[in-house]
Amino acid sequence: MNRMSKGRTRRLLWGAGFTLTLVFVCAVTAFAANSITGAGSTWVYPLVAKWSSAYEAKTGIQVNYQSIGSGGGIAQIKAGTVAFGASDMPLTPDALKAAGLIQFPTAVAGEDLIYHLPGIGPEKLILSGPVVADIYLGKIKMWNDPAIRKLNPGLNLPNMYITVVHRSDGSGTTFTFCDYLSKMSPEWKEKVGESTSVAWPTGVGGKGNEGVAAFVQRITGSIGYVEYAYILENHLSDARLINRDGKIVSPTLQGFQDASAHVDWATAQDFYVILPDQPGSDTWPISGCTWQILRKNASKESNEEVMKFFLWGFQHGQDMARSISFGPLPPSTVQAIRAYWKSELGYSL
Amino acid sequence: MNGSDPAARIDIQSAPAERKAAPRTRRLAGDFLFHKAAVFAAFLAAAALFATVAAIAYDSRQAIETFGVWRFLKSSEWNPVTQTFGALSFIVGTLVSSAIAMILAVPLSFGTAVFITEIAPFWIKKPIAGAIELLAGIPSIVYGLWGLLVFAPVFAQIEPWVNQYLGAIPGIGLLFQGPPMGIGMLTAGIILAIMILPYISSIMRDVFLIVPSSLRESAYAMGCTTWEVAWHITLPYTRSAVVGGMFLGLGRALGETMAVTFVIGNSNTLSASLLMPSATIPSVLANEFTEATTKLYVSSLIYLGLVLIAVTLVVRFLAVLLIRHLQRGEGAST
Repeated sequence: MNRMSKGRTRRLLWGAGFTLTLVFVCAVTAFAANSITGAGSTWVYPLVAKWSSAYEAKTGIQVNYQSIGSGGGIAQIKAGTVAFGASDMPLTPDALKAAGLIQFPTAVAGEDLIYHLPGIGPEKLILSGPVVADIYLGKIKMWNDPAIRKLNPGLNLPNMYITVVHRSDGSGTTFTFCDYLSKMSPEWKEKVGESTSVAWPTGVGGKGNEGVAAFVQRITGSIGYVEYAYILENHLSDARLINRDGKIVSPTLQGFQDASAHVDWATAQDFYVILPDQPGSDTWPISGCTWQILRKNASKESNEEVMKFFLWGFQHGQDMARSISFGPLPPSTVQAIRAYWKSELGYSL
Repeated sequence: MNGSDPAARIDIQSAPAERKAAPRTRRLAGDFLFHKAAVFAAFLAAAALFATVAAIAYDSRQAIETFGVWRFLKSSEWNPVTQTFGALSFIVGTLVSSAIAMILAVPLSFGTAVFITEIAPFWIKKPIAGAIELLAGIPSIVYGLWGLLVFAPVFAQIEPWVNQYLGAIPGIGLLFQGPPMGIGMLTAGIILAIMILPYISSIMRDVFLIVPSSLRESAYAMGCTTWEVAWHITLPYTRSAVVGGMFLGLGRALGETMAVTFVIGNSNTLSASLLMPSATIPSVLANEFTEATTKLYVSSLIYLGLVLIAVTLVVRFLAVLLIRHLQRGEGAST
């Protein structure tokens, strides 16, 4: 190859590479301009998915949500890689201030315990908070333990090991559940505590709500906790619990909303409220909320796009939420959220 | 000058200089490029290894400063709430699950290799060998799914038997006591054994075929049984390659992630029994990395990765030492 043609080939290759990169970057930017990215909780994923497909049909703006778990959502919004982070565990006002973040609630839902016992169908097993805490601490090992039998006098509980199933990944579902157990058992609070990921004293870990459900469905004599939407979708055997008022309740949307009604959203700083174990005769004890976290110093356009999406969901997505057992927030709370945006960011919708 | 001396060593460095005397052709530039590209590829591979280890060591420095080396390796407490982390239960889980896999896979691979080379009729050799090779091609996550959905329920039927009979033996009975969940350390070890079987058995099969027929046939002529030929003639001849194959399988077992995560039960506490759920370093990394909320948590997970790299390097080093020792013995016999 003589010198002339070698140089020409090299120039051609460089030119082609540069053009391709340029085209690629343009395509990616054009695509990104019309979309919002969020990441976090798997709990809220069904709701965000429903809202985002309707929102895109209406406005053409795509909401790209990655359900990597609450811990992941918090990490990504702190790193600024996403426009909003979703978490079932609210950050404390101090943590928010330190990281330059704000948070607001989205919807309420609940979780329940599921079990796999031969001959015992859904909603037949009744449990109480302290008994669940003892099961998860490993103190109650067999299904026919006197403590469980006392709550279920009519049931034929087998002489079987209890296989405890928990989450192996970090999760807001775990946070809500452990918060409930901490309130029910001082020993749990001291030994284990609550967080998105804890040192479980006993049991098997499944990945995601799906993993826990899969283990419980396959292992006879097992017990686990999952978000209520999974119980509905997969027809799992869920337990009834004794709530703070001493009544035996089943998980229902009304039960979740009763829990949220007992909480004063307007006065809680940064909407930091914990929903498990609220009073009320029909209240479901393991209710939870899910929050969206925004960066204060993100661009006004980015934050406004996120605010527009969620405000649309609050105002027009109530029926969609109810259809998958998410309790929409009352209008007074939505007003409080809009005022919060104004006071924290300086602008609102 | 070099070309005229037939005894001169062919030196790669002088080759281009030699060929410059010949008329320039397109091959010259191509060969030059190829030489440089090969050097670059080798350099890139080595650099990638060093860069990976360096990056992991750098990211785990916060955990190293907080926990030190011995405390981290000795402690079995993994508590994200109190932010205390210790690697012991994962190191034990990794080593025990790999050990179970090796104990099960090596005899099975040996039997498979001997069957294919010595015992099988001609028409069955290729299909069996092909089937074993296919095992290596199945993605590891498919093994995990199969283990969880198909194998674990079946194993849960066998576990009460194991618990009752093996668990009652004094002493080692502690290893076999536990509720019949179907998942756990033993299940993970069995799935790993199935996964590493094709690697070990194909290497064994390849080297068994290289054993000179004269050796084997003279042994048969003297009245040796098939077992005696395999154990006393074939295996000593191929010792170093067989050990190399075993370490290849062990390396795979140590690093296997998805298959183990599905069936090992993901419990971060140490327990004596093989029937109880457990965790390995790759499985805890897969489960907890994306959600680790604090810097120390992430750093501790990366520190676990560094420990795994160290374990793998130690195993490789032992393999090289052992193979070299065996090879020294081999040469002397002929």
